[in-house]
Amino acid sequence: MAEFLNSSWGIALILISQGLMMAVFLLLSAYFLIYADRKVWAAVQMRRGPNVVGAFGLLQSGADMLKLVFKEIIIPAGADKPVFFLAPLISFVMAILAWAVIPLNEGWVLSEINVALLFVFAISSLEVYGVIMGGWASNSKYPFLGSLRSAAQMISYEVSIGLIIIGVIISTGSMNFGDIVRAQDGNLGIFNWYWLPHFPMVFLFFISALAETNRPPFDLPEAESELVAGFQVEYSSTPFLLFMAGELIAVFLMCALTTLLFFGGWLSPIPGLADGFHWMLAKMGFFFFVFAMVKAITPRYRYDQLMRLGWKVFLPISLGWVIFVAFFAKFEMFGGVYARWVIGA
Amino acid sequence: MSILIITFYLFSLSAIAGGLMTVISRNPVHSVLWLILAFLSSAGLFVLLGAEFLAMLLIIVYVGAVAVLFLFVVMMLDVDFSTLKAEMAGYLPIALLIGVVLVMQLGMAFGVWSYAETALGAREVLANSQHHNTKALGLILYDRYFILFQLSGLILLVAMIGAIVLTLRHRKNVKRQNILSQIYRDPDKSVEIRDVKPGQGL
Repeated sequence: MAEFLNSSWGIALILISQGLMMAVFLLLSAYFLIYADRKVWAAVQMRRGPNVVGAFGLLQSGADMLKLVFKEIIIPAGADKPVFFLAPLISFVMAILAWAVIPLNEGWVLSEINVALLFVFAISSLEVYGVIMGGWASNSKYPFLGSLRSAAQMISYEVSIGLIIIGVIISTGSMNFGDIVRAQDGNLGIFNWYWLPHFPMVFLFFISALAETNRPPFDLPEAESELVAGFQVEYSSTPFLLFMAGELIAVFLMCALTTLLFFGGWLSPIPGLADGFHWMLAKMGFFFFVFAMVKAITPRYRYDQLMRLGWKVFLPISLGWVIFVAFFAKFEMFGGVYARWVIGA
Repeated sequence: MSILIITFYLFSLSAIAGGLMTVISRNPVHSVLWLILAFLSSAGLFVLLGAEFLAMLLIIVYVGAVAVLFLFVVMMLDVDFSTLKAEMAGYLPIALLIGVVLVMQLGMAFGVWSYAETALGAREVLANSQHHNTKALGLILYDRYFILFQLSGLILLVAMIGAIVLTLRHRKNVKRQNILSQIYRDPDKSVEIRDVKPGQGL
């Protein structure tokens, strides 16, 4: 048995089973996140939210999922069938794929690679294809307009996300998430984390993450007052479910990224308490709560203002920040907080 | 057969299939999608070679940016393919000629191809060196070839500015939004309260 597990087939088998466990974890979290999202949204608007199916409405997500799965799949006339079905698959698979390099605790990671951060960035740049292909293959005007908008939006905000990430990479000297989190370890707990030296970038990253995942107030692709539901108009049943689940898992990924890059991953905020998976989960949950609150309390941006914000505000600020951080790190200013290899954390 | 070899053949096959389908598929949008498959498979081949940094850059730059632009342009095009095909038939002899010349050149190049004795060893040294290949690339680009690297950046910058200058047109009579002037608008100057007498108006 041990011999088999060390052969290349055994390792492949272990990897596949670990990947399946990660997928199950993600689907379970998606199940509860959509419930939490609706509950928070309802609470802000002084409604009750889902409360009929199961205790406290906990089974509502499952009921919705079953309903969607058992509905008929409607394919519009003139749709490009293979591309039409490829689109939701891409957006779902890409959302899950990025989790291959996300560590949930010290050593709890499917693939410990050196370029983990670049991998996540590359995968999130592929997510745009699900939207473009879905909009084009539907052979209809609203989806097409929605997909064009969304593609431009996702590409614009990817640029600023990439630049913000570069600041963190310079501070750490590595693109591995484990190294990034370990660099934030120290005696001061919460004040050792990157949110303090990279303070303005935390907000920029969070807002860019909202735009990147098409969440309100940047949900222009599916702005229902203008485009019905954007690129999802023609989708029904399981393909729609895949789009929705993919979007939610992408949001959860952004919560994980914020946690890992700026808020110390699985490190404990109070010195002395044990680090661990629960801290990671709690922080991700907190950022998802913020995502849900933003959805509830902000009005939708106008499209030209969105593009202006991306290119004329975020891009110059984050580009300037990269230069500042490089300068601070090179000359080890402020006691070396921008060059973590100096203070040996 | 080990997993490594299987994945190598899988990626190579899908790269070749993607390239082939890019050329022969009838719908240009499908062509771009097949091209993306070819890019992704070659990124996979890079990873198998141990060049993970290049692989990620290939995906980010080519798939994430260039191919999206291709897709944009191709989707927006309103091309009548039957007339295009009729026109294309006229160019067939020239295309065939160029194709034959290219195939002959490739044949000549690969006919005399041979490995140097030390080539294989040099490749292994690179893959097994102590640095991650991100660091190794950085050291080469920013230390040894610093001037060349900066110059190539400068050329790209000039090309970008040139493209913008060539295409930018400032149209007159277009209302533009000036956010700053909107924010700094003074309510005292833009709103005026008048006392309107009944029956008189302003």
